[in-house]
Amino acid sequence: MKTYLKFGSLIVVILGTLLWLAMGGISETKTYYKTIAELNQLGDGGKDHRLRVGGDVADSIQRQGREVRFTLTQDNLVLPVVYSGIEPLPDTFKPGARALADGKLGADGVFHATKIQAKCASKYEAKPIQQPAAGPRAAL
Amino acid sequence: MENIGALSVMLAFCFAVYAILGSVIGKLTKKPFLVISAERAVYSIWVLLTIAAGILIYSLMTGDYRMAYVAHYTNKAMPSVYKYTAWWGGQEGSLLFWNWLLASYATVVVFKNQRKFREIMPYVIAVMMATQVFFLTLIVFIESPFKVLMAGRRIVDVGDGQGLSALLQYWTMIIHPPMLYLGYVGFVVPFAFAIASLITKQPGEAWIHTTRRWTLVTWMFQTTGVLLGAGWAYAVLGWGGYWGWDPVENASLLPWITATAFLHSVMMQEKKGMMKVWNMVLVSATFFLCIFGTFLTRSGIVNSVHAFSQGPIGMYFVVFLSIGIAATVTLIVSRLDFLKSEAQMESVLSRESSFLFNNLVLLASCFAILWGTLFPVISEKFTGEKISVDAPFFNRINIPIAMFLLFLTGVGPLIAWRKSSFDSLRRAFLWPTVAGVVVDVVLFAMGVRSFYALMSFALCAFVLLTVAMEFVKGANAIATKDQSNFISSMIELTHRNTRRYGGYLVHVGVVIMFIGFTGKAFDQSMIVEIVKGDVVSLGKYQLRLADILQGQNDNYRWQKIVVDVTKNGEHIDTLEPEKRLYLAKKEPGSNVAIRRRPNEDLYINFAGLSDDGEKVVMQAYVFPLVSWIWVGYWVVLSGTIICLIPSKSRLMYPRTEIVGIAGKHAKV
Repeated sequence: MKTYLKFGSLIVVILGTLLWLAMGGISETKTYYKTIAELNQLGDGGKDHRLRVGGDVADSIQRQGREVRFTLTQDNLVLPVVYSGIEPLPDTFKPGARALADGKLGADGVFHATKIQAKCASKYEAKPIQQPAAGPRAAL
Repeated sequence: MENIGALSVMLAFCFAVYAILGSVIGKLTKKPFLVISAERAVYSIWVLLTIAAGILIYSLMTGDYRMAYVAHYTNKAMPSVYKYTAWWGGQEGSLLFWNWLLASYATVVVFKNQRKFREIMPYVIAVMMATQVFFLTLIVFIESPFKVLMAGRRIVDVGDGQGLSALLQYWTMIIHPPMLYLGYVGFVVPFAFAIASLITKQPGEAWIHTTRRWTLVTWMFQTTGVLLGAGWAYAVLGWGGYWGWDPVENASLLPWITATAFLHSVMMQEKKGMMKVWNMVLVSATFFLCIFGTFLTRSGIVNSVHAFSQGPIGMYFVVFLSIGIAATVTLIVSRLDFLKSEAQMESVLSRESSFLFNNLVLLASCFAILWGTLFPVISEKFTGEKISVDAPFFNRINIPIAMFLLFLTGVGPLIAWRKSSFDSLRRAFLWPTVAGVVVDVVLFAMGVRSFYALMSFALCAFVLLTVAMEFVKGANAIATKDQSNFISSMIELTHRNTRRYGGYLVHVGVVIMFIGFTGKAFDQSMIVEIVKGDVVSLGKYQLRLADILQGQNDNYRWQKIVVDVTKNGEHIDTLEPEKRLYLAKKEPGSNVAIRRRPNEDLYINFAGLSDDGEKVVMQAYVFPLVSWIWVGYWVVLSGTIICLIPSKSRLMYPRTEIVGIAGKHAKV
């Protein structure tokens, strides 16, 4: 019985430590997914959270040294973004691409991103080929 | 052509259904000829799928742009080798590839066991073929790779295709996906054997031996696949990351973790008859995590840079997984009596205990990764807000786990079975502990202050010395006895017990990889905007922008910068990172330049060029010790291969301890 007690307490200690680490990890890095519309309605409380916003990259991307400024658009709403992360922007990041920006919303309404993920629409799956008729159909 | 392909997969589907029915009915009604016919159906499926795959490959290589798949994933300007890899570049083709590999595995299993395991083979076939039916359903009814492009009722030849994504046009594309798939698909074999032995209540551990070897082979593929992925990310993504805790990366790691746990805990079953239920759970979990990984990659349920486009097949996976898991759990629960443990844990300081904790933390890590990966989905379900967790979460929990595992790697193999005394522990671990402490003192004196780095290096030294001592001790004993030299006794030692010493070598490889991972703590980086002739310095290096060049070929347009690297005033290298624009997709891609050295990599990315073509944005990094990861991989690979070579001793003395114990329990 004593052996089982030892095992039990060791297991509890290990799992407890890991759980504690996990909880800390979650509260530290959790990022809320928001749309641009939701961002505009966000109260001051929400400005402390890390946020992730998605949208289409508008045409003008300005690079100023390390900073990159661009706008994300979604349903006619726009969001100015400043990116100042260390990772280079992905190759797929270009006007028209869908991008996810991680960061915080500044008091000035500009989104300060520290990480950008871009997903080119044609990453793996191409858009349907521009053919006048309906899309591809099975042969059989 | 495409009609023959589509017909082949459809026929394969029918044969797979037949193989399930034939083998199970044949077994239940004791009609061996039905089972044999099911086995032949398995061979036929392989032939049919090979024909289908051959047709798809032929169409890809010759550019049959009437076919939707060909037009989506290839174009004329692509090098032929990438036209070939387009087989697994897109959803439909890769599902065909999955199917083909599964059929190949099934064929090998059936062929190798024509006279063995006759009791359980029908169920082994049934389980493998049930999986096959599921995956064939996907390509027969939902995502057919043999669709043609139609305008109205007319088949259209679009002349040229859209080409493969730029990121995929890299040499690793040739080998990384096949390796990962071999891993993913291969885990179906151990699972099938486990389920079959449960259904038929097989006595003894004979099936475990077969399963273990299969698991080891698949584990090797999976390891290769995961590391090739890491190497690929490192070389193309432009910021030198080899692991980003992306959902799809995690998906490939999860079954790897449970398989690793299984490879360890299976020893407990072989030698002590313990952890039988647990092993069943691990084998099943590994299989379902493989399916889950495939699901994650293809359903678009979580955002990932790797994901295929969202397809309609997610629901099918959910259904298959639910039915499969429910059936497996029911089966295991109904066989609990049969899976009783034959021995009990006796002491915390024992080999058994080290296996137990190894499994515990591996599974904890697996669960944490799964939880983190699915966090957006879970949080949306319960709180209505989609919340994701990032790399820091995964690191925070997995780094301590990794440290603990590293510690067990050193301790586990040396600690005695059943019960170990403090005295014997001190004898075994005194010098390794001293080595760890010495390493840390030296590093601390050199100015290393990162807690985890110090811990990791100390543990690496500790483990390396324990393993080295084992080898030296064993080899010395043989050398004195046989009067042979040290090297040949080393080989002799390994050959006598390949599993044990191969396993040690795998551990050494893992330690070497950890040294490489730890190097991450010392990365240096910078981003600069420079013009031709400028010199910047990073670490020990001075980088001079010597030139900006550009050009074009059929496939892409390129620009590159020429960077002269000097160290201590001496010119040591010229690096030429490149940016490309692939013409077919108008998609940019970059080729970083890396100067790889054992102590550190110098890594330069050409990030951007101003419109006037004067100002270059350059990112430069120094990544210490990264090469150790790749070296470690080769050591792991050789260790695994040694494990697969049959031990000499078993041939010489048929009843070794292992066989003896397994035999004893079999009789009970």
